Amino acid sequence: MSYEPVTATRALLSEHKLTDEEYRRIQSVLGRDPNIVELGIFSALWSEHCSYKTSRVFLKEFPTKGPRVLQGPGENAGAVDIGDSLAVVFKMESHNHPSFIEPYQGAATGVGGILRDIFTMGARPVAVLDPLFFGPLDASRMHSLVDGVVRGISGYGNCIGIPTVGGSTFFHPSYAKNILVNVMAVGVVRHDRIFRAKAAGPGNPVLYVGSRTGRDGIHGASMASDVFDDEKAKRRPAVQVGDPFVEKLVLEGVLEVLQGDAVVAIQDMGAAGLTSSTFEMCSRGGVGMRLDLSKVPVREEGITPYELMLSESQERMVIVAHKGREEEVASVFRKWGVDAEVIGEVIAEPRMELLFAGEMVADLPIAPLVEDAPIYRRPFVLPVPAGEGGKSVALDGAPDDLTALKRLLASPNVSGKEWISSQYDWSVQGDTVVGPGSDAAVLRVKGTRKGLACSVAVNPRFVAADPGLGAAHAVVEAALNCAVTGARPLAVTDCLNFGNPERPEILGQFVAAVRGITGACLALDTPVISGNVSLYNETDGGSIVPTPTIGVVGLLEEVRDAVPCRFVREGDLVVLLGETRDEMGAGEYLATVLGREEGACPSLDLGAARAVVDLLVELASGRRLASAHDLSHGGLAVAAAEACFGAGLGVDLDLATDLAPVRALFSESAPRVLASILPGDEAAVLEAARRRGVPAAVVGRVVPESVRIAVRGRPALAERTGVLEAIWAGAFRDAMEEA
Amino acid sequence: MRFRVSVVVFPGSNCDRDALHAAEAVMGAEARFVWHQERDLARPDLVILPGGFSYGDYLRCGAMARFSPVMESVVAYAERGGAVLGICNGFQVLCEAGLLPGVLLQNAGLRFVCREVRIRVESTQTPFTAAVPRGTVLRMPVAHGDGNWNAAPEVLRDLEAHDQVVFRYVGAGGDRAPGATPNGSMDDVAGVRNRRGNVLGLMPHPERAAEAILGSEDGARLFASFVRSAAGAAA
Repeated sequence: MSYEPVTATRALLSEHKLTDEEYRRIQSVLGRDPNIVELGIFSALWSEHCSYKTSRVFLKEFPTKGPRVLQGPGENAGAVDIGDSLAVVFKMESHNHPSFIEPYQGAATGVGGILRDIFTMGARPVAVLDPLFFGPLDASRMHSLVDGVVRGISGYGNCIGIPTVGGSTFFHPSYAKNILVNVMAVGVVRHDRIFRAKAAGPGNPVLYVGSRTGRDGIHGASMASDVFDDEKAKRRPAVQVGDPFVEKLVLEGVLEVLQGDAVVAIQDMGAAGLTSSTFEMCSRGGVGMRLDLSKVPVREEGITPYELMLSESQERMVIVAHKGREEEVASVFRKWGVDAEVIGEVIAEPRMELLFAGEMVADLPIAPLVEDAPIYRRPFVLPVPAGEGGKSVALDGAPDDLTALKRLLASPNVSGKEWISSQYDWSVQGDTVVGPGSDAAVLRVKGTRKGLACSVAVNPRFVAADPGLGAAHAVVEAALNCAVTGARPLAVTDCLNFGNPERPEILGQFVAAVRGITGACLALDTPVISGNVSLYNETDGGSIVPTPTIGVVGLLEEVRDAVPCRFVREGDLVVLLGETRDEMGAGEYLATVLGREEGACPSLDLGAARAVVDLLVELASGRRLASAHDLSHGGLAVAAAEACFGAGLGVDLDLATDLAPVRALFSESAPRVLASILPGDEAAVLEAARRRGVPAAVVGRVVPESVRIAVRGRPALAERTGVLEAIWAGAFRDAMEEA
Repeated sequence: MRFRVSVVVFPGSNCDRDALHAAEAVMGAEARFVWHQERDLARPDLVILPGGFSYGDYLRCGAMARFSPVMESVVAYAERGGAVLGICNGFQVLCEAGLLPGVLLQNAGLRFVCREVRIRVESTQTPFTAAVPRGTVLRMPVAHGDGNWNAAPEVLRDLEAHDQVVFRYVGAGGDRAPGATPNGSMDDVAGVRNRRGNVLGLMPHPERAAEAILGSEDGARLFASFVRSAAGAAA
């Protein structure tokens, strides 16, 4: 192995995904040519994944501050005050490409990575949610991809003992060769125990903690190493392999060590492993590090410094301890059976000096690689919304409304997903008040009266039709999902999955979506506190539909008052909140029943969305809501049927509307909520709605065992709840089991 | 004097904190953790082996845990008549350690399963069910990949003869029913006791169904029964 300056051939730069111009910038930063270790480090830190070089200029638009925000973007995860000296910490990430290559490990290590982001903040993880996006089940490999992803999440999350309490599943042909596996994690921490990843204090020891480093997950890097190793290194898969048992040990060790005051800073090794973790810690603290890579615990002999710096072996952390307290830190990890080695120290000068076997193998400044990394202002073309200004969509060939409802309930996007959620341990930790299958999961916060509502949402068809409006819908839906439980939405995390940003129209989708999210977050007072960008989701020239997944956490002051999303009692009155318009465009009805994807994304009045959220929180805290369910895919008819499931109840509705019945039943106008209330409460509820300017009407009542919906007094559909529930509950399970 | 509960913590236990919470908040006990490398159980009135993945369980579930130092003490304690409750992985460990009969195999469906189940009390010859009438149906979640209890036919006959099957999975109507058993367990067995009755293992999680806020308080009945029995024995 030589540490001589490289000769920058086209092949070498291409393997490192660096442009000629970026290489000239490296030469100018260093005043010389880099050696191979340094080149690898530049390549990793300047990658889109680490540097956000394309997206960063746009993400600055997000509102990130608020009176409750304790930590915004820029740390391992964001943190929001929930009172009682506690904070909720959360973040969402993607693990898309690895999951397509190797679904089990890809999804499993996605869970592992996001959990480390939470517990490095000092927070004990309390929940995981998984938004998943697949191609049609009859697409090639899709059964095994769904099965593998679900098993991966199940295998990792269940073992480490963090409940997987929710998520979403969306099927669309554009994901057939590029599935999306997003994962959100939520944790709780005391304010004074929030830890950050800011290295400080020259002379302080740097510890490596966790699994030994192997050659797994060296992106493209393993290929590059072939060039320099005479012994042709075996090409390991670029997908990392996870070990949830080790993660559990690291988690307990980290939380135990953070109870004391021996730790200065801590960061997990995620993408680009030891490189990004150490450089980012130095960047935040304005310091440098001198590391001896020979001290890094390794799985096998002969691992080179290049590989050590770029390996993405899982379950590893970097800790800066106070000088003299390193043994105290290491002993906690030893108790848990986890390796902990001092590999270097903090230095005052903001440089990274890497030694290996007594030789200097890299000597790099910090800032040019991190905060001063290249930023691109790539050209973009803002999208033209589909649907000619919201023109009504023709519904030629529509079947009768009951047939349509049954098809919708059986469709992969609407049908029940117990086949998935029953493979996740959603009740471990004993805090799950509302588990999977509801609009939002609800967790109690032990030691308080409070609860956390957690939800994820996005309707990619809406985003495809109008990226700005569709992204705003995602924020509103996730917030409403929390608000129907009675929780006040606190803040947003996002996972922005898009295609190749080097195409101006794709970058235009991204820019529009960021603006849409910004507008909705401002209207709802829910700042963006963390997130992740996943670009280049494109296979064989085909891009995914733009998919800005939104996660929201809401706060319930009284978890005992959490409102369920299904009807609870015969005789209750059913109230529809929000306005139903002729908005069939980009809808589930059009796609599933008529096989068409066209038309305009439903409109969205952000002020109206805020009013509905405020109204729900007010009604819930006054205990006026027996149940409340957000209307989304498939509109009112689907929501009404879903609200009947589980308890053998039914509903009898009569809608007073000028719309044709099919549009009244299946329009996806938002924001809308179907609530049930005690008879006698209607005057108070309608008055509260009127005060907030929310359209509201009593549309029927909860009855035994049948779903009956009329429009202007004329029956539109009627069926026994049991029949509808069997269709809804069985469709997805049958589709998966028949394979 | 307050009742003392020791919760054994293997490195991969993940329901240890839940069990401790149930012991403190539901049983009103003085509860503590006992690390797997310790031998001193701290004079407990009850030892709980919680759910989780003990040592990662990459071999057979609970197969390595039985060799831990703490299990030597638990075995000795149980042989002296001390009360031991094994939940989920704890049940697996008790079977592997020979304190309970049978073995827990991978679920018949070959998938992890987490859902609410109903179990019927079949025996009251243990302090955990002494105060819960036979035939009572309890609602609580299961969450396991290896909960398929099996034993040789003569072992099961012997258990039946000695009233050692404590819980069976049942349907909504309280009777054994197709689909009620989530894992393929032989004869719908959800939990068994040893001959003496001081050691109980079950796959469902009573500690996750022990407070109204969690949707079921049925699990608390097992803890309450134990507390009452222990108080009776002490009096």
